[in-house]
Amino acid sequence: MEIYARRRLVNAVSLTVAMAAAVFGLFWLIAILWTLFYNGFSAINLSIFTEMTPPPGNTGGLLNAIFGSVVLTIGATLLSTPIGMLAGTYLAEYGKKGAFAETVRFINDILLSAPSIVVGLFIYEVVVVPMGHFSAWAGVIVLAVIGIPVIVRTTEDMLNLVPNGLREAASALGTPMWKVVTMIAYRAARNGIITGILLAIARVSGETAPLLFTALNNQFWSTDMNAPMASLPVTIFQFALSPYDDWQHLAWGGALLITITILILNIVARALAALGSSRG
Amino acid sequence: MANITLDDPLPVNAQDQGRRQRLQDSFFRSSTLFFALMVLLLLGGVIIALIFGAWPALRTFGFGFLTTEVWNPVTDRFGALAPVYGTIITSLLAMIIGVPVSFGIAVFITELCPAVLKRPLGIAIELLAGIPSIIYGIWGLFVLAPFLQLTVQPFLIATIGHAPVIGRLFAGPPYGIGVLTASIILAIMVLPFITSITRDVFETVPPMLKESAYGLGATTTEVVWNVVLPYTRVGVIGAVMLGLGRALGETMAVTFVIGNAHRIAASILAPGTTISATIANEFTEAVGDLYTSSLIALGLILFVITFIVLAFAKLLLMRLERQVKK
Repeated sequence: MEIYARRRLVNAVSLTVAMAAAVFGLFWLIAILWTLFYNGFSAINLSIFTEMTPPPGNTGGLLNAIFGSVVLTIGATLLSTPIGMLAGTYLAEYGKKGAFAETVRFINDILLSAPSIVVGLFIYEVVVVPMGHFSAWAGVIVLAVIGIPVIVRTTEDMLNLVPNGLREAASALGTPMWKVVTMIAYRAARNGIITGILLAIARVSGETAPLLFTALNNQFWSTDMNAPMASLPVTIFQFALSPYDDWQHLAWGGALLITITILILNIVARALAALGSSRG
Repeated sequence: MANITLDDPLPVNAQDQGRRQRLQDSFFRSSTLFFALMVLLLLGGVIIALIFGAWPALRTFGFGFLTTEVWNPVTDRFGALAPVYGTIITSLLAMIIGVPVSFGIAVFITELCPAVLKRPLGIAIELLAGIPSIIYGIWGLFVLAPFLQLTVQPFLIATIGHAPVIGRLFAGPPYGIGVLTASIILAIMVLPFITSITRDVFETVPPMLKESAYGLGATTTEVVWNVVLPYTRVGVIGAVMLGLGRALGETMAVTFVIGNAHRIAASILAPGTTISATIANEFTEAVGDLYTSSLIALGLILFVITFIVLAFAKLLLMRLERQVKK
């Protein structure tokens, strides 16, 4: 009985500790979101979407930064989607086994978590230095490099979920392999692949560090891809570290915008993935 | 009614079609192969570009680059010791704070919480893992740092700060920003990340193993310690290492609150710097080739460290995967 009581005590204590840890951890995460929404909402108004980033002491918005972020993200998505999808296709359809595919998988997973600032240095060396100046193109490329591993990974995973019977049925009808992949496997895995692309967009749209020395920043409206371009994360970085109240205020507004965008992207991606798996 | 024998040649257009399709097939296959190869080339490119960029600094300072604390752009003397030390100490502290908590949350989600809460909690944790690090950074700057400066740090200095030996860790004025603050932010940031992987890993345990233990009268704690953990040990270590890899390379969450001081202080309350924070703060302002090159050399060191940690994590997780398949 003695032992039994002690085991129950140990159990109760450690379960309480686990629960306390859960409450403690969730408390901080909720605290962050609460501060973000509290400070962000008071900063968001119409002028954020209609006016340019102001000099200190003036009112203004974040229009050029929002525009820059959208352009950089779209550019990066257009660049990384075909590359990532085709590489993922190779892993799922052609190179299931074998040392080469295994290596690619391994390296891809490492790139997935590699520090983005190092990727930024890489693009600085191979794009910015030869061009001689910072540019939006360099920003697009760096974000694409960060997005590629996400798309490779999800494309492969989603293609692996497509039942082999579908491929065999198509092959039995004499369909060439590339048509089996594009007409059958891609279609069956469509929702999953879109999920991967959305996750990649969510991942790159919040990236700050690699943009610091590729796209740099721009106080003004710019559509020139050869010139530095503003982006929301870099603007938030600059404004939050500044000593000016109105800049810090705008930084909170921008931070809330990014977070909401990313949360929505993640939720839509998850819903799509759930839809795909329940149907398949 | 035609009698087709095997010797008969196919109709010409069918032959054409066959050739075309074989061509298209091999074109498609080689383009997927090309882009798969590109993933490898990316990694190779990163390493070569960094070594190339870091070469002037490495040649000038040699091995001493790693062991010198001096960082003086005016006299063109650079050493990586302070940022490397900062990177490692903040990441380790973050792991010490973050790992037990994420572990607690993962146990809570998989073993304790009511079934209704399981999915929402899991999804919430995964969504939090997606929030960009800059958000954690500005929260740290505007909320956590002032809070620590006014309450926690004076308390630490007044109590543990006077203790022998360990007191040196908590000495000095309460700056608010500094190594400890950066570590706490990092811990909060890797929390959802480690939790979601640990949870996935815990869920690979076959229910039958757990049920047999419960059937023998084991308590939940005993099941977690004696069944779940031994079964998933490799995976849990992998999850922690992945989190460590994240923490080591994290830039934005740290840059806001580390204080950017190029020195190694005994006190964890003092400002310091990390590799990524140094690069983020100084790169665009660096004048002179040696300065830029030294920053790239820092990036190279960071890449090597994270590569080793991540590769190790990946190998461990792969081992768990194979174990589950068996």
